[in-house]
Amino acid sequence: MSSEIFNKSIAELAALLEAKAITSVELTRAVIARTQAVEEKVKAFNSYDPADALAQAAASDARRADGQARGPLDGIPIGIKDVIAVTGQPLTASSKMLANFVSPYDATVTQKLRQAGAVIWGRLNLDEFAMGSSTENSAFHTTRNPYDLERVPGGSSGGSAAALAAGEAIATLGSDTGGSIRQPAALCNVVGLKPTYGLVSRFGLIAFASSLDQIGPFTRTVEDAAIALQAIAGHDERDSTSFKVEIPDYRAALKTKKGPWRLGIPKEYFGEGLDPEVAAAVQKAVDYYRSLGCEIKPVSLPHTEYGVGVYYIIATAECSSNLARYDGIRYGHRSTEAKDVVDLYFKSRAEGFGPEVKRRIILGTYVLSSGYYDAYYLRAQKVRTLIRQDFLNAYKEVDAIITPTTPTPAFKRGAKADPLAMYLCDVYTIGVNLAGLPGISIPCGFSSGGLPIGMQLIGQPFQEADLLAIAHAYDSKHDWSRKTPNL
Amino acid sequence: MSAPTDLNIDRIATLARLALTPEEREKFSAQLVDVLANIEKLREVDVTGVEPTAHAFPVYNVWADDVAQPGLSVEDALRNAPAQRDNMIVVPKVVE
Repeated sequence: MSSEIFNKSIAELAALLEAKAITSVELTRAVIARTQAVEEKVKAFNSYDPADALAQAAASDARRADGQARGPLDGIPIGIKDVIAVTGQPLTASSKMLANFVSPYDATVTQKLRQAGAVIWGRLNLDEFAMGSSTENSAFHTTRNPYDLERVPGGSSGGSAAALAAGEAIATLGSDTGGSIRQPAALCNVVGLKPTYGLVSRFGLIAFASSLDQIGPFTRTVEDAAIALQAIAGHDERDSTSFKVEIPDYRAALKTKKGPWRLGIPKEYFGEGLDPEVAAAVQKAVDYYRSLGCEIKPVSLPHTEYGVGVYYIIATAECSSNLARYDGIRYGHRSTEAKDVVDLYFKSRAEGFGPEVKRRIILGTYVLSSGYYDAYYLRAQKVRTLIRQDFLNAYKEVDAIITPTTPTPAFKRGAKADPLAMYLCDVYTIGVNLAGLPGISIPCGFSSGGLPIGMQLIGQPFQEADLLAIAHAYDSKHDWSRKTPNL
Repeated sequence: MSAPTDLNIDRIATLARLALTPEEREKFSAQLVDVLANIEKLREVDVTGVEPTAHAFPVYNVWADDVAQPGLSVEDALRNAPAQRDNMIVVPKVVE
């Protein structure tokens, strides 16, 4: 890994902090200085608060001096996607609707990171309300891909992926509804984990599509993903969809779970539209697993081609319902042009939401409207059942599934102006959300043009320990994620 | 499924309480017809006897004891209100 302190992994920095070779204040200062040096190019943040971060770092150093250090995250600066609440900090969802909103409380994941001693650092840009695959839908600015500033970082958690790749944080949190963690992770050469639906509390996450949304970490290594997941996983009585499951020691599992595993290769994920360089990189990773003694088996997920359609019915339906709360009354943008209260709803929403959000509200309202509900929403929910069954059938024969994370490496800014073309970027990541499964994207190579390529490993429900161990078996023996961009 | 060409965008925008400009109206109509045409593919799938999935795992109602818990202060709860007076949110007149 790079010698620069801001490019090191959590595991490396935790060892340096423990050995008192560095302090959290020094580390946090280095991250702040790096951010100030490159942010003009990368534009990953919506806002950051150096004084607040340094105060948290000083508190961490004081704990450590007292012998009260809290574990591997204590003193580590972690950036937060700007849809996750942090008390006293802005919470904008990269929308004009919430441009002036300040969080009155912490999300559960924020609280858990604080309990682990992490330094909560910055608010990271995204596609407005997490709707998009390029971070171009932010109402504030477009985040750039640190590997090529003319290209997108992916989305919707583009700020979270780009900040980490650029050394502006040591890890970050994102949210993933149809690929919003895994896709930008793949395009920015970092590790991105979407946990099983229900493993991580959504309390304090701005809702987009409640049956699909899940918070997860971006990290530089799979080991770091295990460390971060350990801190944020677990039942929360404030989220009724949070599951009561035992949380194992994920980092220990990387050593104890050794395989060899049975790995499934779904033919539907290697067909038309897949860039040959991406296909070759993933194939090489599959060959590596074979060399470890893993059994590589072809599997079929026959309903894959319907995933995008099902997703854009269910996600927009849920979004139209969730975003009804933005009415200009209790919080958020309020129009000054309204003649009465109903007009206030119409105008506040028209002024506060950007084009992609409006499009999705319209589509979601349409598929739920009287006369269309059965044809669209109910049918989509039934096909969702079939998609989920496809995965569960495959897991009778294999332990995990390997696919490309994205059909192509990062595309140029403005290249996908047509909404449908943008929606099709998520073709390999959507099934995981519809089926509620855990998925991780890990770096597995670069294109001839120097752009990062990611592979996706899909695990069984609540079996993150196995999924991380399988990913670690590759990641710990390859150095793709140790390469850093020239900024 | 109905043909997507019957999309009445004014009716939908009214249901969504969303004022659209004439340009948005035209643009979104065309784009949504495209997206719906792609979604039409779902008609091919035989869903006879298939149960719908609302959540990937069963979700059960959660009951909590009816005990007062500390919550946000009035000041914190109103901090983001667009207009407030005397610890209340100000709204346009609803009843004449």
